[in-house]
Parts: sequence; structure tokens; C-alpha cells
Amino acid sequence: MKFYIPQDTTALACGAEAAAHALQAAGIEPVRNGSRGMFWLEPLLEVDTDAGRIGFGPVSSKDIPSILDALEADASSHDLYLGQVEQIDYLASQQRLTYARAGLGDPVCLDNYQALNGFKGLKTALAMTGQQIVDQVKDSGLRGRGGAAFPAGIKWQTVHDAGGSAAADKEPCQKYIVCNADEGDSGTFADRLVMESDPYQLIEGMAIAGLAVGATQGYIYLRSEYPVAHKLLDIAIERAEAANFLGDNIQGSGKAFHLEVRLGAGAYICGEETSLLESLEGKRGMVRAKPPLPAIEGLFGKPTVVNNVLTLAAISTILEQGAETYQNFGMGRSRGTLAIQLAGNIKRGGLIELAFGVTLREVVEEYGQGTYSGRPIRAIQVGGPLGAFLPESQWDTPMDYEAFAAIKAMIGHGGIVVFDDTADMAAQARFAMEFCVVESCGKCTPCRIGSVRGVEVIDRIVANENRENNLILLHELCDTMEMGSLCAMGGMTPFPVRSALAHFPSDFTGQGRGDN
Amino acid sequence: METSAQNIADISHLVTQYQAVPGGLLPLLHAIQGELGYVPESTVPAIATGLNLSRAEVHGVISFYHDFKTHSVGRNTVQICRAEACQSMGSRQLEAHAKQALGIDYHETTADGSITLEPVYCLGNCACSPSVRINDDIVARVDAARFDELVAKLGASQ
Ligand SMILES: Cc1cc2nc3c(=O)[nH]c(=O)nc-3n(C[C@H](O)[C@H](O)[C@H](O)COP(=O)(O)O)c2cc1C
Repeated sequence: MKFYIPQDTTALACGAEAAAHALQAAGIEPVRNGSRGMFWLEPLLEVDTDAGRIGFGPVSSKDIPSILDALEADASSHDLYLGQVEQIDYLASQQRLTYARAGLGDPVCLDNYQALNGFKGLKTALAMTGQQIVDQVKDSGLRGRGGAAFPAGIKWQTVHDAGGSAAADKEPCQKYIVCNADEGDSGTFADRLVMESDPYQLIEGMAIAGLAVGATQGYIYLRSEYPVAHKLLDIAIERAEAANFLGDNIQGSGKAFHLEVRLGAGAYICGEETSLLESLEGKRGMVRAKPPLPAIEGLFGKPTVVNNVLTLAAISTILEQGAETYQNFGMGRSRGTLAIQLAGNIKRGGLIELAFGVTLREVVEEYGQGTYSGRPIRAIQVGGPLGAFLPESQWDTPMDYEAFAAIKAMIGHGGIVVFDDTADMAAQARFAMEFCVVESCGKCTPCRIGSVRGVEVIDRIVANENRENNLILLHELCDTMEMGSLCAMGGMTPFPVRSALAHFPSDFTGQGRGDN
Repeated sequence: METSAQNIADISHLVTQYQAVPGGLLPLLHAIQGELGYVPESTVPAIATGLNLSRAEVHGVISFYHDFKTHSVGRNTVQICRAEACQSMGSRQLEAHAKQALGIDYHETTADGSITLEPVYCLGNCACSPSVRINDDIVARVDAARFDELVAKLGASQ
């Protein structure tokens, strides 16, 4: 019998290390797999038995002896018995492409990755021209998963074409692939789960991107809040190099791609792509005015692809299974699958990969099963700290970029944070402004100063000081931030503020949480 | 007070290591902080000279990022997540409790030099909030009682 205990951040945060030690004390060396993303079950112990791969969870170290006893007799008699893990409804009903391998085995085992179709996409790409790869990405309909949903193929085409036609006597133009692994939105962990459960998939996607646009150097800009992902990525890169999936001569093709992890230093704004590039160059993370686009003048002034972890990870699937298969998932102009992250006050939080089009209500009620506290849901924030707070009347909106934009909300990176009926939405609106104060890069005034004034004005409204005028002032301030900011930090901070005001006005009357 | 001559000697091997790395200032600052626990003011001239930057530029970078410290910190760093997912699970009460239990505010260190308390905006553990990071370990579902237990353990391990 083979035993598995995950080594991802959430499993560790819930006590996986102690559970692993308890197994070791009983003479069992568990495989340290990645998480499947069913975080409400972590630590999830899996056991390969004659009856298939069964699960127990959430386990603590003191459950281990009784589980081992039950395995000798009747496993299903144990309180924490979950049956066959892949038949758990939460997982079985998903449409997993990016997360198909997550949790199956040791995430840094190269043989495992290859046995599960890993590096097939890269091998396909090695036999293609750059333009053919770019065309595949365009045909797939893939849009950037970092938040802005820009078509990946179009961005790649720009970088592919940049740098002029390389005349025979001219050195080819240096280009870069930069992976945005800053994942700063509260309620998101999809990038982390890829990096901790299936890091080779990201490496493969980046190498393919390099081949497509003619870039020989890649950087993964990783937030410093992710020490586990950092450790695993470093190991995976070293092993991929040793096996010639990275380096000067990828699989004997004569083509080169080098990859390095660079750590951020605790700044939300460095997730914004131009700020990220400044930071990679060793500078303050000040947002750059666009144009020039990073695709034309990016890192060190060179043509650069900046893509989110999930965008690059999807590339491996697209090259392996074909653009056609990928774009068969989804609705409207949102093609493929969305990594939904269910978080906050929720009973069954975790990663849910589904084709675009599922409604928010289905996700929260069917997968999530309501709040952790057991109280009614009051508001749902989708898309991180710059996303709107949605009241119940909007929960039937399908998860689709355009459908969300139509209600002045955004899918962003796919994070969903659930609040129960004790939430004070005036306090949340104030926090949105406060977060902008703390995290603004300071380059433009609407964001830097507007947010400070925003906190003050909300305080005055809640204190019932000159209420009507201050409400007008707050809206005008929001207009200024939306229209005058250099990037979406200042430009979208008004979204949570305005949605809280519109849908939960009674919270702004100084009585604390209201009753609407 | 350390002399700056000592500090230049202290970090020169790191400066040499990162001098030729493109965009090497952040990795260098992380390395210095990894070794010394913070980036002492007195190392700035050596960093600037080594990387061919002005002192003001180096200052600017150190002060921009929340991670870089310019003063020594406690033996342990405890970060409480203040972001929305953790708020929805009671992190506001948790932070109030933590400040009261430790007798310090954010960015301060307990009198015995054991713990520095810091806010953090998201640890990526948002399905099992509230989250706390203690040095390199992230802990899920932390309420006041669990916080006290974790802090007591830090005391005991010294
Ligand atoms: C304030 C702010 C924060 C952002 N944070 C992130 C982030 O953490 N991760 C990310 O991939 N994109 C983030 N973005 C979006 C990036 O600017 C950019 O659109 C993205 O990296 C492009 O990659 P994609 O096309 O693959 O999505 C952020 C944008 C803004 C304005």
C-alpha cells in the first residue's frame, strides 16, 4: 500500500507535517504529493489499495493509528473515510485540464510528469515554427488569466514580430518570457496550486512560449509570500535543466531557453505587469505609462511576453491536446476552462476548474455548500480586492468575462471570497480604499492621494458628518480615480466601494452592519 | 553601533555575487536580509558602489518594498493576514487579540526581542482562513486561542 500526504501550503498549514510524522512513526514513508485543491479536506491522506485510491480527511496526526487499523479491517468504517478520491463529487464533476495532474504524485518527480503526458506539448512545439505555435495559441481562444483577459495569441504575435527582421548578419533581438506569479489577490491560490502541485507544467509552457516568440531567457516573478512554491520551483527547474528540457540545447534541437525564479518583496502593485518589469530590473515597482507595450519595450527595454501562471500552464495543454479541444470548452468569447478559487467564509473551499459559463450561485451553493459559519451569505467579492461586492440578486451571473463586465464586476483571476451576514460592508469599502493607500506605487495622484481621501470621506459618512455632501464627494472621488489613474490599482479600487454603497447602503449609517 | 567598514566587509561577498546579475538589486537585498536579518543603513554605500547606483536609488528601492527592513527585528516574525478572505473569517478580531496579547502594534517587537508583529496582505491560504505566517510556516484557521498556543510554542523553543 502506498500512502500520500500533500506538501502544499494549505495542507501544511492544516497540519500535514504532523500527519506525515505519525505515518513515519508507524514505519510508513508517505509520498509527498501536491494537493488536489479540495482544501476543506486537507490534510487529505490517500492510500493506494486493491479497492483503488481511497481517501481520509481532514486527518490529524492522532487519527493515523485508527486509520491504519481500519485499513487492516474495513476502511469504510472509519469516520474520516471518503471513498475513492476521484469519485468525490467536488472533484469528479470538474473539467480538469490544467489541474488534471494536481495531487496525483510527487510534484517534482520528472518521470511522473512524463508518464502523465508531460512535455508532450513541448516536443510537438519543437517540430513547429514560431509562427505555427503562435497560430495554435490564437486558435485556442486563450485569454490571459491574470485579470485583464487579453488574448494571449495576439500578445505573442506582437512579441514574435518585434525586433525587426533579423538579417543574417545581425544578432537576433534579445526577448524575454516573464511569468507573473505575483498572485496578490485575496481569495486566490490557483497559481500557487500549479506551482506546488505541477510545476513542470509551467516550465513547459514557458519553454514553448520561448520557442514561439524567439526568447531565450525566462523569469518567474514569484511573490515572497510563497516559500513552498519557491522551493519546489527551484528543484523542478534544476531537474528540467539536467534532463535538457531547459538549457542551451532543448532535447537536442539546438534551441535554447533558460529559466530563473526571482522573488518579489511584498508589494501588491508588482503584480501589475509594468511595475513587475521595473521590479525585475531591480528598481522601485513604479507603474510605467503605456505605450510602449511590454510586448515591444518590456524587460530591459526588450520585447517581452508577460503572462500569468495559468495562461502559461494552459499552453502545455493546448500544444498537447490541440487548440480545437481547448476552445471547445467555454462560452462566448471566454474559451477554455476557468480556475475558480472558492475562499473566505465557505464550508468547502478549494480549487474548482470548470468551463466558463457556470453561475456564481452554482459554485457557492453546490460546491461550497454555503458558509463555514453556517450563517446566510451576504455578499460575494469576485476578482480580488479590486472586484465588486455582489449581492444575492447578481449571483445568477455566469462566470464569463463579458457577463461580469456587464454588471460592473470582473472575474479577474477567478477568486471568490464569501462573506456571511455579519459582514459590515462599510468597513469593507473603507478597507478597499485603505488597501489602495498601503499598496499604491505612488506614481499618479488619483491613486496615491485619492485613496487617502477616500478613507477619510467614508469615515465621515459613517459618522454622519455632512452625510449627503460627503456621499456626493465620494462618488466624485471615485470618478476621478477611475478616469485619472495610470493603472487599474487606482482605476478599479472604486468598484468594491461603489458596489458596497449601491447594494448595502444601510451599512453606511453609522450603526454598523445594516439590514438590507 | 557597527562601523560601516565592518559592514562593507560583511556583505562584500554578496555584492560580488550579484554585481553582474541583470536586475540584481532585489536578489542582493534579499540575500543581505537573509544573512543579517535586515538591511542596515550602513550597507547602502557598498551596495550603491557595487551595483553602480546612487545611494538614493538604493534607498528608494529598500523603502519601496514592504519586505525590506532597515532595523533589526525580533527572533521570530509573526505576520497576520489582513486581506479580505481572512477578514470574512474574523481576522479583524484576531489582529486586535494579537496586538493586545503581545502588547505591541504592527511593525513593533516585543520587549524581550522574541517577536516582531507584521501585517501581510494574503498568504494564498484563503480557503482555510484566517491565516498567520510564523517565520516560514503558514498556519490555517487561527483563532485567538490557537494564536496564543502558537506564540507560547515560540517562547518554549528558545
Ligand atoms: C494592481 C494590479 C495587480 C495585478 N496583479 C496581478 C497578479 O498578481 N498576477 C497576474 O498574473 N496579473 C496581475 N495583474 C495583471 C497584469 O498587469 C497583466 O495583465 C497580466 O500579468 C498579463 O498576463 P495575462 O495576459 O496572462 O493575464 C495585475 C494588474 C493590476 C492593475
